[in-house]
Parts: sequence; structure tokens; C-alpha cells
Amino acid sequence: MSEVLRLQHASVQFGSHQALREVSLSIHAGERVALVGANGCGKSTLLRVAHGLLPLSQGQVTRASAVRQAMVFQRPHMLRTTALRGVALGVWLQGVPWRAALDQAMHAIAHVGLQDLAHRSARHLSGGQQQRLALARAWALQPQCLMLDEPTSSLDPHAKREVERLLHEWVQTTDLTLLFSSHNLGQVKRLATRVIYLEAGRVLADLPVADFFGQPLAHSHPEAHLFLKGELV
Amino acid sequence: MSFLSDSAQSALQLLLQCDPTLWSIVGRSLWVSVLASAIACSVGMALGAWLGVARFTGRGVLLTVLNTLLALPSVVVGLLVYLLLSRTGPLGFLGWLFSIKAMVLAQAVLVLPVVTALTRQCVEDAERQHGEQLQSLGASPWMRSILLAWDERYALLTVVIAAFGRAVSEVGAVMVVGGNIEGFTRVMTTAIALETSKGDLPLALALGAVLLGVVLCLNMGIAALRRWRTRQDGVASAASREVLA
Repeated sequence: MSEVLRLQHASVQFGSHQALREVSLSIHAGERVALVGANGCGKSTLLRVAHGLLPLSQGQVTRASAVRQAMVFQRPHMLRTTALRGVALGVWLQGVPWRAALDQAMHAIAHVGLQDLAHRSARHLSGGQQQRLALARAWALQPQCLMLDEPTSSLDPHAKREVERLLHEWVQTTDLTLLFSSHNLGQVKRLATRVIYLEAGRVLADLPVADFFGQPLAHSHPEAHLFLKGELV
Repeated sequence: MSFLSDSAQSALQLLLQCDPTLWSIVGRSLWVSVLASAIACSVGMALGAWLGVARFTGRGVLLTVLNTLLALPSVVVGLLVYLLLSRTGPLGFLGWLFSIKAMVLAQAVLVLPVVTALTRQCVEDAERQHGEQLQSLGASPWMRSILLAWDERYALLTVVIAAFGRAVSEVGAVMVVGGNIEGFTRVMTTAIALETSKGDLPLALALGAVLLGVVLCLNMGIAALRRWRTRQDGVASAASREVLA
């Protein structure tokens, strides 16, 4: 499997706070990697570094140049325009002519089942619909690597299931590389093939999903074990 | 008291009789301020939108200077523009001094910091909300500033109205660079100042009433815009609630 992303001794500092400390990891095509850990452990920072939104204070990040990336944020940011135009804008920014971008956007919106709402204001949609629209916006870019920052944390259970179903369908039908952060361990079990546990900006465990949830972690990764125990209570 | 009521009565007559002197002053005043606001908004909105997104060394200093310029007295602006346009000044060759063009320039300079600072604040707030998403989609800082300014278009409309309000009600700058020449560069505010000093209160009062009316209309416009936006947001949240239910 070809390498999509590599971080070498990556550190990020915000003033006196160190958000990432000496993180080294590599992600290969087709992997579905979940970032887990308590709030403020560096999951979102790692995702932003991986997507190129945040510069490193130290270390190096290498992205495969031929790999198209897209990112879905925890709170979907919708511009004051229709759902269709909002999605088309992302495609247009990649250099696609506006007409073709609109077609591509409509196709993506239909893919997430929002075609009836395509001409409604994106800001008038519900939280779940907005997150599906954010997925459509990412899908329209036809990425090979998709990053998601707690994509379902602000949604109600129904919307959560719907977004997860779309993601599941997406990874089943394509060779998409997924890098996502989540507090929902059930979701991590269902979607990920590999789990990275972070604490205070450090990677403390990097295991296949079966090992992370299956084997006793108490001896090999005591911090991850405590986190799991706390989350599963 | 009777002097005041007599003056008010005469002012009302001037207004109702469509006095040509009065309405030519009003027309000129509005024309100068519309032009000045248009120029200031074109330049100021582009500059403000860029400042809202761009990050560079010295940005903090630039913003401090910009915010200081908000409190620039209009007479000082008039003096600076006067020096620029005077025969020995760098723009003296234009021959604009004591003309409508000079007044437009002075008002535009006066209003420019207001437009730039307010636009910068609007776009910077929007950048905090949506900037990362747009950056993720591949938008350059320039593209982000354009898209975010467009996204904040209703808030920027309020900026346009505020800019026009500031321009139409100022007196110092246009008095200095326009010279308050009758039938040529006399506008509402300079005419009010002159007529009051001459003791011709009816014309001053009539002009004052029109000026107040213009400012009142602008404020009503801003209020209507705010109400409309609140209603739109209300519709949006109601729609969200409906879908969630």
C-alpha cells in the first residue's frame, strides 16, 4: 500500500501550550484510522496538520502529492447561499468551470439524499442535513483521503446514524483513506481499521482496531486502557 | 419663542414651495455624498476584506493606525486635502480646489477609514467561522476575503448606509476644500453654518430639517435591514426545528 501521509517528529506549539509532541506516524492508502483520546489531547490539531491547515512548530509532514484530500469539520460551516452553490463552490475552487461544478455538486448532493433541498439556503437546513451536505461537499471533490473532525459529535442519534451510514457506504465502495477523530468508540469500532490513542499531544498507542478493543491493554498501554475503561462505563 | 416659530413657519414654506435654492443645495449635497461613499466603499471594502483575512508582520500596527483614523476630525481631513490640492501641493496640477471633485475627495478620505475598519471587523469575524473550511477547499487568502465579504453582504450594506450618513452630515472638510461657493459648492451642512451666522434662520432650519430627514431615512433603512435579517435568521432556526421535530 502506498503511503498517503507521513509525520516525523511533528510538534505544534500554541504559545506556552504544546498541542502535539514529537508525533511520528504514517498512513497508507485504504487505511481507516481513528484518532481517540480525551478533549484537548491533540486530535483536531493532528488532523489540521495532516490537512495542511496548521503549520508545524517542529518536525516534518509529507503528503503524497497525487492524493486529493478533503476535510469535514465538527460543525459544518455553511455560507449564505443555496446548498447546491455551496457544494459547487468547493469544486469551482479546484479549477472546474462553474457549470460543470454545479453538475458535479448536484450529483454529490443526490448521493447524500438531499437533492430535494438543493435549492434551499444551506443555513436553513437542520444540523444533520448540514453535516450530510458537508459530506457531499467533500464527496464532490472526489478525495482519495478524507479527514473528519468528530463529524457526528453535535448530531442527534438519527442524524448520527445517517452520517455514519453514508461514510460506511463510501469506504465500502471506494478505496478511500479515512482519518477521523471521534469520542464515539462504537463508531470507531464500526468504521476504523486502526486506532491511534493520543494523550497530551503524544501518541501513546497505535494499534489495529481488533487489538485496541480486543486485547487487554492494561500492561502494554495502561493510559489507553484507563481511557477505554472510562469511556465504556 | 415667536422668532423661532416664525423661522420654523418660513422654513416649512420653503420646503413646501419647493424653493429652487434649497433643493439645488440638497441635490448637490446628496450627489457629493453618494459619489464619495461609492468611492470609499469600493476601496475600503476591498482593503477591509483583505485585512480581515491576511496575516502579515505589521498588521497590528496597521490596524491601530486604521482605528485611530476613525476619530479623524473632518476639519483635519479638509486641511490635508486642501494641502494636497492647493496650487503648490502634489495634486495641485488637477485644479480641483474649490470644486465638487475636491469635496468628493475630502468626504471619501473621511469615510474611507470607517468603511475599511467596519468591513475588516465583519470579514475577520466571518473568517473565524468559515475561514478554515474555505482554506480546506483550496481558497487563497484573496479568494477567502472576496467570498467572506460576499457572505457578509447584508452586514456590509449597513456599512454603506453608515458611510453615507457620515459623509452627508460632515461640514468641516467640504467647507475647507469646497469654499462654500453659492450655486457651485454649497451643500446642506455648509449652507446651514453660513445661514445661521448670517441670521437667515428659515433656510438654515429648512436645510436642517431635510438633513435630519435624510439621516432619519438612513437609520430607518438600517433598522429595517436589521429586522429583516433577524426575521431571516428566525425563519432559518424555525426551519431547523421543524426538520428536527
